[in-house]
Amino acid sequence: MMRFATLIKNPADWMKGAGPHSEIVMTSRVRLARNLRGFPFPGFSQERQRVDLLEQVRPVVEQLPEMRDGYSEDYTDLSKIRKQVLVERHLVSREHAARSSGCAVVVDRKQSISIMINEEDHFRIQGIRPGLNLHSAYELVDRVDTELESGLPFAFDPKLGYLTACPTNLGTGMRASVMLHLPALVLTEQINPVIKAVGKIGLAVRGLYGEGTEALGNLFQISNQHTLGEAEPEIIAQIEKVIEGVVRSEQNARAKLKEDHRTMLQDQVGRAYAILRYAHVLSSKEALNLLSMLRLGADLDLVGNCDRSLIDMMLLEIQPAHLQLNAARELSPDERDSMRAEITRARLQSINGPGSFPTSQSTPGGPPSAPNDE
Amino acid sequence: MKCDVCENEASVFLTQIINGQMTTVNLCESCSKAKGVTEETGFGLAEAFLTPSLRSVDSMEVVCNACGFTASQLKKIGRMGCPECYHSFREGLDGLLRNMHKGTRHVGKRPASVGGNAPQLLPRQPTSVVRGETSTPPPPPLPVPVPAQPSDVSKLRADLDLAVKEERYEDAAKLKAEIERLQPKAPSK
Repeated sequence: MMRFATLIKNPADWMKGAGPHSEIVMTSRVRLARNLRGFPFPGFSQERQRVDLLEQVRPVVEQLPEMRDGYSEDYTDLSKIRKQVLVERHLVSREHAARSSGCAVVVDRKQSISIMINEEDHFRIQGIRPGLNLHSAYELVDRVDTELESGLPFAFDPKLGYLTACPTNLGTGMRASVMLHLPALVLTEQINPVIKAVGKIGLAVRGLYGEGTEALGNLFQISNQHTLGEAEPEIIAQIEKVIEGVVRSEQNARAKLKEDHRTMLQDQVGRAYAILRYAHVLSSKEALNLLSMLRLGADLDLVGNCDRSLIDMMLLEIQPAHLQLNAARELSPDERDSMRAEITRARLQSINGPGSFPTSQSTPGGPPSAPNDE
Repeated sequence: MKCDVCENEASVFLTQIINGQMTTVNLCESCSKAKGVTEETGFGLAEAFLTPSLRSVDSMEVVCNACGFTASQLKKIGRMGCPECYHSFREGLDGLLRNMHKGTRHVGKRPASVGGNAPQLLPRQPTSVVRGETSTPPPPPLPVPVPAQPSDVSKLRADLDLAVKEERYEDAAKLKAEIERLQPKAPSK
């Protein structure tokens, strides 16, 4: 099995790879909730029972062909910072990271599949893919689920489907969610009607780290709320259809910004670059919002040689637990803010500023301005 | 009309349909406050102050036979105690699910083993999952084996049922623990 350091050193498949609409859709994730018949749910069981269950099922999970040479760790052997790093990488949930004895996580080599044991349910099987690709994420977890059920007696009722701790997950036990970067809809103030429309169809919109989190860095998660009464492919097809609509709105908003508000756009991207390139103190919130602008600039070819995956990597590196893991010690918030700026300064050295916008006719040293500005 | 609890004039009238039967509770101002009628919502509202004599036979369902989870816990945290709870608390479940989901019937993936014998990998059964002891047979989808019982255990079980019926949940918990102590092993299938 793989060591924690090895797991974290390598970027996940979804961070490197590009998928459909990668410029707007960061990731597609699908998770299945499963429970064992005859055992109380983790939230209503004794520690001893959770440990017993973990001891019995962990080898089964580790022996899955998908988990070959993967990473598997008992939470009692995992520091707070390391658990938080897994949360920041979307490999485990915040709720699961808060638990300890009787809990474990198993992750495949490519970090595309993670299985949480004793979360709210006995099993949470998650698949993650880059871009808009819920189908492929579902195929990952469906296969793993089928393999697991051949060895484990999952709690299933012919009428109610897979039985879960919370009735909101009953039936398919499936939550499909898509992470979207929507800076143009936010800048053009069209985001609220979009969120409202998505909510009306019965989908949930959340911030970066799930339930109750703020939409920092113009990042939004859209997921299904209904799990009973519809089959998995139907649910996925519906979300993908909705997301395609949101993607089109964002594309239109970006085109409009470029057309009608070019100066404002260049100003925002330029300021974001300048602060990330030269600041010495950066809060998490400020850095996320600036990186969002830089990513938009890169997508619209306003930043010269900027590779999107470099920005996406930075989005992870600047998060609190990643900073502390890098420093190999706990850091105070002030220390984190200065360490964060150190990272963005270093990474941006290799990127030409937005001043070198190719069609710019600005005189050397003068402020950048586009030819068809006025 | 008099209050069902004290002798004062009733001013709060609560009507609820439970198991297809209409039940009405009449309360005076102070009793309704004491029972928290104005604060509570949800499917088990009348449950809170129906006296045992007014209850239907289904009052047995208040506690899950498999794990000991109670209806009030369910109401409080909105989650079940174990898979068997979905059977124990099936009354009112459809209404709850209708508000939550697209339908009340699962139409998605099914384990290959459904219908046949599910794989039995786990040699040890958890000690706290006590087999059901109900007047009604366990439902087919979630079979909970009923073991042969020594007579003292049956006596404890009868007491447990009574305690549940009379809503003495602390006593019920103690009795359940005692039964578990006497009969720690659930029979493996």
